[in-house]
Amino acid sequence: MTNHWVDIKNADLVLIMGGNAAEAHPCGFKWVIEAKVHNKAKLIVVDPRFTRSASVADYYAPIRPGTDIVFLGGLINYLLLNDKIQRDYVINYTDCSFIVKEEFAFTEGIYSGYNAAKHSYDKSSWDYELGTDGYVKADPTLAHPRCVYNLMKQHYARYVPEMVERVCGTPKDKVLHIWEMIASTATPTRAMTIMYALGWTQHSTGSQMIRTGAMVQLLLGNIGVSGGGMNALRGHSNIQGLTDLGLLSNQLPGYITLPLEAEQEYAKYIAARTLKPLRPNQLSYWQNAPKFFVSFMKAWWGDAATAQNNWAYDYLPKVDKLYDILQVYELMHQGKINGYIAQGFNPLASAPNKAKTSAAFSKLKFLVIMDPLATETSEFWRNYGELNAVDSSKIPTEVFRLPTTCFAEESGTLVNSARWLQWHWKGGNPPGEARSDLEIMAGIFTRMRAMYAKDGGAFPDPILNLAWKYARPESPSAEELAKEYSGNALKDLADPKDPSKTTRKAGEQLAGFAELRDDGSTQSGCWIFCGAWGPNGNLTARRDNSDPTGIGQTLNWAWAWPANRRILYNRASCDPAGKPYNPRRKVIGWNGSAWVGADVPDFKADEDPAGGMGPFIMNPEGVARFFARDNMAEGPFPEHYEPFETPLGYNPLNPKQPQATSNPAARVFPHDREAFGKAAEFPHVATTYRLTEHFHYWTKHVRLNSIIQPQQFVEIDEALAKEIGIATGERVKVSSNRGYIKAVAMVTKRIRPLTVDGKVLHTVGVPIHWGFMGVAKPGFLANTLTPSVGDANTQTPEFKAFLVKVEKA
Amino acid sequence: MALQSLDIVRRSATTLPEPEARGAHTGQVAKLIDTTKCIGCKACQVACMEWNDLRDDIGTCTGHYDNPHDLSEYSWTLMRFTEYENPKGDLEWLIRKDGCMHCEDPGCLKACPSPGAIVQYANGIVDFQEENCIGCGYCVTGCPFDVPRISKKDKKAYKCTLCSDRVAVGLEPACVKACPTGAIVFGTKDDMKQHAAERIEDLKERGFDQAGLYDPAGVGGTHVMYVLHHADQPMLYSDLPEKPKISPMVGLWKGAAKPFALFAIVATAAVGFLHYIGIGPNETDEADEEAARRELEKPP
Repeated sequence: MTNHWVDIKNADLVLIMGGNAAEAHPCGFKWVIEAKVHNKAKLIVVDPRFTRSASVADYYAPIRPGTDIVFLGGLINYLLLNDKIQRDYVINYTDCSFIVKEEFAFTEGIYSGYNAAKHSYDKSSWDYELGTDGYVKADPTLAHPRCVYNLMKQHYARYVPEMVERVCGTPKDKVLHIWEMIASTATPTRAMTIMYALGWTQHSTGSQMIRTGAMVQLLLGNIGVSGGGMNALRGHSNIQGLTDLGLLSNQLPGYITLPLEAEQEYAKYIAARTLKPLRPNQLSYWQNAPKFFVSFMKAWWGDAATAQNNWAYDYLPKVDKLYDILQVYELMHQGKINGYIAQGFNPLASAPNKAKTSAAFSKLKFLVIMDPLATETSEFWRNYGELNAVDSSKIPTEVFRLPTTCFAEESGTLVNSARWLQWHWKGGNPPGEARSDLEIMAGIFTRMRAMYAKDGGAFPDPILNLAWKYARPESPSAEELAKEYSGNALKDLADPKDPSKTTRKAGEQLAGFAELRDDGSTQSGCWIFCGAWGPNGNLTARRDNSDPTGIGQTLNWAWAWPANRRILYNRASCDPAGKPYNPRRKVIGWNGSAWVGADVPDFKADEDPAGGMGPFIMNPEGVARFFARDNMAEGPFPEHYEPFETPLGYNPLNPKQPQATSNPAARVFPHDREAFGKAAEFPHVATTYRLTEHFHYWTKHVRLNSIIQPQQFVEIDEALAKEIGIATGERVKVSSNRGYIKAVAMVTKRIRPLTVDGKVLHTVGVPIHWGFMGVAKPGFLANTLTPSVGDANTQTPEFKAFLVKVEKA
Repeated sequence: MALQSLDIVRRSATTLPEPEARGAHTGQVAKLIDTTKCIGCKACQVACMEWNDLRDDIGTCTGHYDNPHDLSEYSWTLMRFTEYENPKGDLEWLIRKDGCMHCEDPGCLKACPSPGAIVQYANGIVDFQEENCIGCGYCVTGCPFDVPRISKKDKKAYKCTLCSDRVAVGLEPACVKACPTGAIVFGTKDDMKQHAAERIEDLKERGFDQAGLYDPAGVGGTHVMYVLHHADQPMLYSDLPEKPKISPMVGLWKGAAKPFALFAIVATAAVGFLHYIGIGPNETDEADEEAARRELEKPP
C-alpha cells in the first residue's frame, strides 16, 4: 500500500477493482464502511462477479476477466480528452513533459525492439532523450509530439468507450457513469483510493493492470494524499514481510536486486543500482544504495565482509534467471531439481496445473514439508480416489514432514499491507514435537556448516563465514533477528559535521537508514527496516493509538517502513510551493524552514520547495512515471493483451497482429503452451477466488470454518445453468485442458453472461479452499484446472482468467 | 441461561407477581443490525458458536451461501442471502442475520405452558431456561419469526440469548464484538433508534427512498432491530415478516380461551365427583366380562 488501512476512511471515492476487499479482507474493509458512513464516500466495484464488496457498493459494473487494462486505458483516454486531470500535479510531479527517444515506436500491439523468437524486447529505445547536460529533456508546454503526455494520449486514443464495451463486455452507460464518478476526484480536495489484490496480480498482464490503475491515480492527483493511493491488499498476514525481506528468488532484503550473471564485478553491480539524478536538484535516493548494500553484507558476513573483498560480493549467487515457482516446477519436471523444501507452503494446492506439480514432485528424491498442518503436498503421493488419483507404487519420492509452530505459538513481527511491522507475543506452546521454522532452519544450517567445516567443499566460504552470533545457535530468538534486521553501529560513528563527536557508540542500535554507512562501520539486515528496533528499543511493539490530527495517523502505533512513514510520496499532497492541496486533510506542509505535519515527510526534511526537488525521491527523475522506461517486460505503456486462454482467439485492439494476442513478453514453457485449451473445446471463462469463510487451504482443517462453508462449489449464471440443464445444488463437472473438478453448482444472478465482441460469454466462478485433507467435505484442488503461465514481470500465475467447460456431472 | 443480576419481569405459565425492585434504569437494551453495512462474512456466526460453545454439523452446500442451512439447537444465528433484482434492473444482494428478535411482547413466552421455561428480563431480553423446558414446541408455534428450535438430542428448545450472560456483566453480545464492519451495534433501545435514524438519513441520500428501521409494532417492538434499505418490503430479506404478530391460536389458548379451558377442567372434575356421589362408582357384571372376552378372542 502507498497509504494504509486506516487512511481509507479519508477517501471520497473508493474503487475496488481486481480485488474483493469485503470478502478477502473483511476486517480492513471496515475502513471502507467508515469512509461511506463518516466521509460520505461512494464505493464503486468493478468485478466479473457481483461480490460481497459489491453488495454494499453504491455502483457496480461487471467486466470480463483479464480486460482491466481496456477499462482503465479507456479511463485514461476519457480523463485526457475531457481534461479531467489535476493539471498542476500532473505537470509538476510526473514525467508527462519528458521527451522520449525518437526510436521508440508502437505498432499493432508490439513495441520497438521485439524479438519474436525469444519473446522478449531489446528495451534500449524505451527511454527519455537526454540533453548535453546529461539530464532528461522536457517540454513543460507539452507541445512536443514525443513528450510522454502526447505519446500517452496517442496510445490510449484507441481505447474509446465502444472498444471498452466490446472487449470488457461492460455496458457503455455503466462504463461512462463510473468514469464520471472517478473524474470527480481530479479536484485537489477530493481523493479516490484504489483497492486491489490478486484479481489484478494473477494475470499474464497483472503488473501492467496495476500500473494502469496507478497512472489513473497520477492523472487525478491521488497519489501521496490522504484518502488516495494505490493500495495492494496483501493476502497472508506476513506476505508483505516476505517481499520486504527479499524472499523472491532475485531479491535481497529491502528490494535490492541480486547480481545478474553478467554482473561479476562489484563495481559494475553497485554502480547500476546507485541511481544518479536524471533531472537537476533531484534527491534520487538510490544514490545511497552502497550504504544499504554494505550494511547488509556486514549483517550477513560480519568480519568476513571487508573493503578488500568487496564486502564478500563473491559470496552472492549471480542469477541467470528468475527462479519463481513456475520455473522451479518446470526444472523439477525436467528432472533437474531433485530435492525440495516446502516451508509453510502447500504447492500441490497453490501452484497451477496440479497434474504437472504432482508429476514434478514424483521425480524428486526427497521432499521436506514444514507446516503445522498435514497438507495436500505432504500427501501428494497417496491415492485419494478421484480427488488425487495417483499410483503410489510409482512414486519413489521420500517425504519428510516436519511439524512447525503456527503464528500464535511464536513471537515476532508481522508486516501488514500498510507496511506496519507489528510485534506479536507468543500465546502458547506448540503441541507435540512441533518446532518453530526458525529452529528448524537454524538446525539445518548449523549441521550443514559443521559438515562443510569437516569435509570442506567446492566453495564453503559463504557458509562457514556466515555471521551467526545468536545466543543459542540452534534457535535464534525473534528479538535477536529483529535487532539484526534493524541494524547497529559496528564501531563508534563519528559525526560527519564534527569528527570530534560521536553519533553512535559501537554496538548501539541505529535510529534509521540515514545513519547507514558504506565503509563497513554499520550493519543492517534490511535497510528499509532500519530503526524498527532503534536506540529506544522495539518500536514495533508500540500500541499507542492516539491520533492527534484525527485523520488516522497513529504514528506511535507499531512502526511502518520506511522511517515510520505512513503515506508514501506525501510531499505530493502539497502544491509545488509546499502548501497542502487539501487543507482539510493536511498530511505534511512546508512551514518556511521544514516539512512538518501528521506524517514523517517522504522528502528531504529541510528542502526548500523553491529548489524544485520532486516528490518521488526514489526515482532519479524525482517525478512519477507514466512512461515506465525499461522497467516493465512488455512495454512502457500498459497495453491490453488477451489472457493466454482467450475466449476470443484474437486481441480486438490489435486483431491483425497474432504476436500481440497475448502478452508478447511472457515466458511460456513449451509443454505448458501445449496444455493451453482453445475456446472451441472449452468455451467458458473461469476465474478462481477466495471466500470469507476460509483462509486458503488451511481452515478446511478447522471445524468452525467448515461449518459455515462446508463443501466445494462453483458459481455459474442462470443462462448457462439452463443451457446445460442444471439446477442450483446439483453437481457439475468443470474441465480444462489440464484436468477436471466436480462440485456443487451454485446458480446465481450475481454472475451475468457478457456480450463480448458480439459473442455471449459465460463466466464460471471457482472458489479455492477445498482439497482432500481436513475436516470440511473433501473436494478437488481448484488448481487442477489452471494454466502454467505467469505475469511477464513477476511470473505470478494466471489464475484469474482461463478456459473451462462446464457440464452436468 | 440463568441470570442473577437482572430481574425477571415475565415468566412463562406463572401467575406469581413479578419482582420489581430492580429496573433497567439505563434503559432497555437493543441490538441493531444494519443490513446495509453487512457483508455476510459470518464472523457473528462463529463468535456465537464460540461464546455459547455450540458446534453444528459440517453440512453440505445446497447451492446457496447460507450455511448451516437453517437455525438449529446448535446454530442460534445465521446469515440469509437473497439475490434481488430491483425495478431498475440492478442486482442487490440482501444479506440478513437471522435469529431471535427478542420481542417486547414475546409470542414464545405467551405460548409456553411450562413454568419458568421462558423468561423476559427487565432489560427486554427474552431467554429460554432449558432446565424448565418440557419440549412441547408451543414456543415454535408462538414465534412469529420461526426462531426457536427443538433439539433432537434432549427435546428442549434453544435460541439466541442475546448473550444475556455477557450483557448482565456489561459486555456486548459476542456477535456485536466480532462484527468487522460495525453492522451490528448494541446499546439502549433509544440510542439504537437514534443511530438507526442517522443511518437511514445517509441511505436516503444514496437513493434508498424507502430505507427504514424494522421494529415491528405487532409484537410490541423488538430488542433486535434491523436497518433495511427497503423497509417497505421486509419480505425481500428472506421472508422477514412484514407485520409480525403472535399467532391467534396462542392468543386464544392463553387469552380468551384460558378461562374456558380452566372452567372445562374444573367442570369435568366436578361432574365426575357428582357422578360418583349421585350414582356411585362404575361397576361391571358377568355379562359385561363375558362380552369383553369374546371381543378379545375374535380373529383379527
